Amino acid sequence: MEAYGYREGLRDGLPIGLGYLSVSFGFAIWAVKQGIPGLILVLLSGTNLTSAGQVAGVTVMAAGGLLIELALTELVINLRYALMSVTLTQKLSPRFSLLQRMAASFFVTDEIFAVASTRKGLLTFPYMMGLGCLPWIGWTLGTALGAFAGTLLPAVLSAALGIAIYGMFMAILVPGALEERGVLLAIFAAVSLGLVLRYVPLFSFLSEGFVIIISAVAGACVAAWLKPVKAGEGDL
Amino acid sequence: MKLYLYLLVMAGVTYLVRMLPLAFFRKKITSPFLLGVLHYMPFAVLGTMTVPAIFTSTGEPISAVAGFVAALLLGLKRRSLIEVALVATAAAYVTSLILPLF
Repeated sequence: MEAYGYREGLRDGLPIGLGYLSVSFGFAIWAVKQGIPGLILVLLSGTNLTSAGQVAGVTVMAAGGLLIELALTELVINLRYALMSVTLTQKLSPRFSLLQRMAASFFVTDEIFAVASTRKGLLTFPYMMGLGCLPWIGWTLGTALGAFAGTLLPAVLSAALGIAIYGMFMAILVPGALEERGVLLAIFAAVSLGLVLRYVPLFSFLSEGFVIIISAVAGACVAAWLKPVKAGEGDL
Repeated sequence: MKLYLYLLVMAGVTYLVRMLPLAFFRKKITSPFLLGVLHYMPFAVLGTMTVPAIFTSTGEPISAVAGFVAALLLGLKRRSLIEVALVATAAAYVTSLILPLF
């Protein structure tokens, strides 16, 4: 079996960290405009390490939403991490202790999962720590730079950076839709229902957080009903 | 103060969602519907978060559409996350620079 540890983890995490640095810079500039203080944003990035969850969370925060709404939003949006965590349990070295599992789980993100789950052989604890290190630094540092130095940028550039995080989302959505009819279906159903809930006056009592929860769950259910996934299928 | 409460809830929920399955899960999910829901969920979430919000993300629709189209084209070419994010930003930036000239 291939032996790899902290150093290999660091190396694998470097490109992820660089990517996170620039995306979280854009996230922070956007979030400051929603009225959230920079310190909160840095703490948020340092403790959450998730793009979609933080964008949705800031949206709920900025609207002064309910705590239960925020909790449900995070639960639904981050549910995919639960599945990734389950998938990773199949690859953990038997030497992983319970505490080490609890520590490593903090670093489960789409990109870190993608790298870890496609690594050959079993995952060691040092490797997982190395892998999470630079992405965490990149994500938190980028947020700090965007939150505190973002105002130094020309207004036009900082306005344009508001689209960066959505550009990253598009980079996940479009190839997914190309590859699988089910994914295309899920996106189409969720976006359509989201538009109805946002623009039909009948539903104007729904806040943004609940619109995301309802349209995403419904979209995923429609796709799963029409295109179920057999065990072992899909890259998860 | 309420912001710190929000922070605590977000960090707590996000961590538990990741931690509980990794620490304690020992079985395999087999229901094709349930596997489907979990598999499609991230795309559904990102979809409903991106459209329509992306079109107001630059504060002005034309540059946002330019960024959207750029992201769509690069996405179709399966470019990396960071590449798509930066080119979408550049497209929106260039558009908003030349827009006042018309």
